[in-house]
Amino acid sequence: MAEIELKQVEKKFGDLHAVKPLDLKINDGEFIVLLGPSGCGKTTTLRMISGLETVTGGIILLDGKNITWLHPSERNIAFVFQLYALYPHLSVRQNIAFPLQAEGESRDVINQRVDEVVDLLRIRHLLNARPGKLSGGDQQRVALARALVRRPKAFLMDEPLGALDADFRESMRAEIKQLHIDQNATSIYVTHDQVEAMAMGDRIVVMSEAVIQQVGSPDEVYYKPANLFVANFIGSPGMNLVHGNYSDGELIMPGMDNRYSIPEDWQQALSEELDGSKELIIGFRPESAHLSQDGNLTGTVYAVDLHGAYTMLHINMNENDIVHIRADRMVKYALGEKVRFNLDPEMVRFFNPKTESAIRRREVVQ
Amino acid sequence: MSNFREDGPGYPVTEATRVDKVSPRSRFFKSLRAIIVVIIAVIMLIPVIVMAMTAFKPRATIVSSPPKILFKPTLEGFVFLLTDRAIIAQSRLADYKEAASQGDLNLFERIALQGGQEITGTSDYVSRLKNSLIIAGLSTIFSVVLGLFAAYAFSRYDVLGKDDLLFFILSTRMLPAVVVTIPLFLMYRQLSLNDTHVGMILLYTVFNLSLAVWLLKGFIDEIPLEYEEAALVDGYSRWQTFYKIVLPQSITGIAATTVFCLIFAWNEYAFALMLTSEKARTAPPSIATMLGSGGLEWSAIAAGSLGFLIPVVIIVFALRNYLLRGVTFGAVRK
Repeated sequence: MAEIELKQVEKKFGDLHAVKPLDLKINDGEFIVLLGPSGCGKTTTLRMISGLETVTGGIILLDGKNITWLHPSERNIAFVFQLYALYPHLSVRQNIAFPLQAEGESRDVINQRVDEVVDLLRIRHLLNARPGKLSGGDQQRVALARALVRRPKAFLMDEPLGALDADFRESMRAEIKQLHIDQNATSIYVTHDQVEAMAMGDRIVVMSEAVIQQVGSPDEVYYKPANLFVANFIGSPGMNLVHGNYSDGELIMPGMDNRYSIPEDWQQALSEELDGSKELIIGFRPESAHLSQDGNLTGTVYAVDLHGAYTMLHINMNENDIVHIRADRMVKYALGEKVRFNLDPEMVRFFNPKTESAIRRREVVQ
Repeated sequence: MSNFREDGPGYPVTEATRVDKVSPRSRFFKSLRAIIVVIIAVIMLIPVIVMAMTAFKPRATIVSSPPKILFKPTLEGFVFLLTDRAIIAQSRLADYKEAASQGDLNLFERIALQGGQEITGTSDYVSRLKNSLIIAGLSTIFSVVLGLFAAYAFSRYDVLGKDDLLFFILSTRMLPAVVVTIPLFLMYRQLSLNDTHVGMILLYTVFNLSLAVWLLKGFIDEIPLEYEEAALVDGYSRWQTFYKIVLPQSITGIAATTVFCLIFAWNEYAFALMLTSEKARTAPPSIATMLGSGGLEWSAIAAGSLGFLIPVVIIVFALRNYLLRGVTFGAVRK
């Protein structure tokens, strides 16, 4: 398996900067997810690694070897497409054997390798069918088999589950993750679905507007988003982001007497970062806020979403400043009801509204 | 419920269809449509049927009025068409009859004998039919092969001035053939391409190429790029990808294009009349010439036209499954 390194790789389509120069190192056996909204450059990045797209600048290294200008067929990288791209005029068996035939393997080797991989993916019963007759999930399994059969150095997957039904997507997700654990193959997975990214990635690369916003483990991008974009994009709903004014260890938030005393370990970092300015954005996850009678923040219930396992409250702190708070499913709330809540001091994050990036505490020990 | 009895189809509907399509009224119109289609088809086939009948009619019944529907079929027309004959001198007639009774003469010779004629050789028409086969066949192959490559390039690559080029290619089709024949005739005379197979193959190839490029481009555009990309990352070169993926995927388009090119090259009349005389003359102008020379051998003309139809019919029949999908010009997916 292999290590992939991108150095200052960029792509321009005419005047449009599809991917701005980015550096990224993908370790051997790692499952990396490129996550971002459509048009953020994640698929272009993937296609550049596969050679299906040329780079405008920068170099791509595979195991230390420069593959930037190598023909796609010479890279030994497998690519799984969103719409499977199974050859419709070939049977499932021929589809899976196709990459091996390119390598000029003998018939015995081909049969043996196809056998192994169809057992792994449990598609033996489909071998003689035409791809067009299969369900979406089976088609994607065949596509995965075709990718696996050649034992490539790395797997590139471009939204492979995007075309599947929601409930089926979840089981295929687990299946792909399981395959990855079995094979320990370096994998790069592109998706716009943050749930998928959180569930599958060893590390997540969050992209937006042709730039990498953050690279980190699912925990890191969820709890320590590097900037406002990541905070908002990860999670459903995203992190609550409330503008306030900072003074003397307190954050004055919109609404009647909404003052939040900032935990001590943040105060020094905040005053250094803000450098006299008062504007500050506080961020907290819906599950990091707790409703309680003696909470020091207040708001009114604007909407109540029942999720079954919990209830999501939309709380209006002031006009247009709505935050989401996760509440007990057993408690009923009336619209317009006034509620009080507290924030978990370990879970609050702060952002500089000017730079839009997160403010870091020094030497956090957790 | 009573409403249902009146307006419903009166049977359980077990196929996917719209309500208005199964009403008794629409079923009436459906059958009416079928009847009209059959009538039109028969009307359109009448000339072909008359031609086929004429080809097999004995000379005496051809011009009879009213036309005879029932007659004893004969191959006279084909004999006249395919052979050169001479009248047998009175003195040798007996020998011939003797040979015929002993079975020494073949079918054609016996038929010729009935008119008091002997066969002296094959007629010009045979070589012209051969010319037609060579010229139409080769030019069709060339236009489809070249067209396929050109169409692939136009579909998949950024060709400089692509739209203009595609328009230029089509411009060869914008003038009636007759308008172009004079300059072509002069050009061909300079290049000694007049009345040569090469000249005609070249001309028909160029003429059909525009059609082939346009038709095939439509088909190749329909093939998702992902198939080729998948093959590329699976370890295949561009060229391998082309013949392993693109070629089998565009077989419908290739079949349809082949038929259209063949029909054009096979039936082409104006160029052939102007640019060929003897060596490379094709069948269409020679059928026409038969009309003008000497006595009207109607059965020979009909036999010639019938024989001329057959190759195209065979090819179209062989490719009919592709054609049904092909003539929609790739507009319908799958």
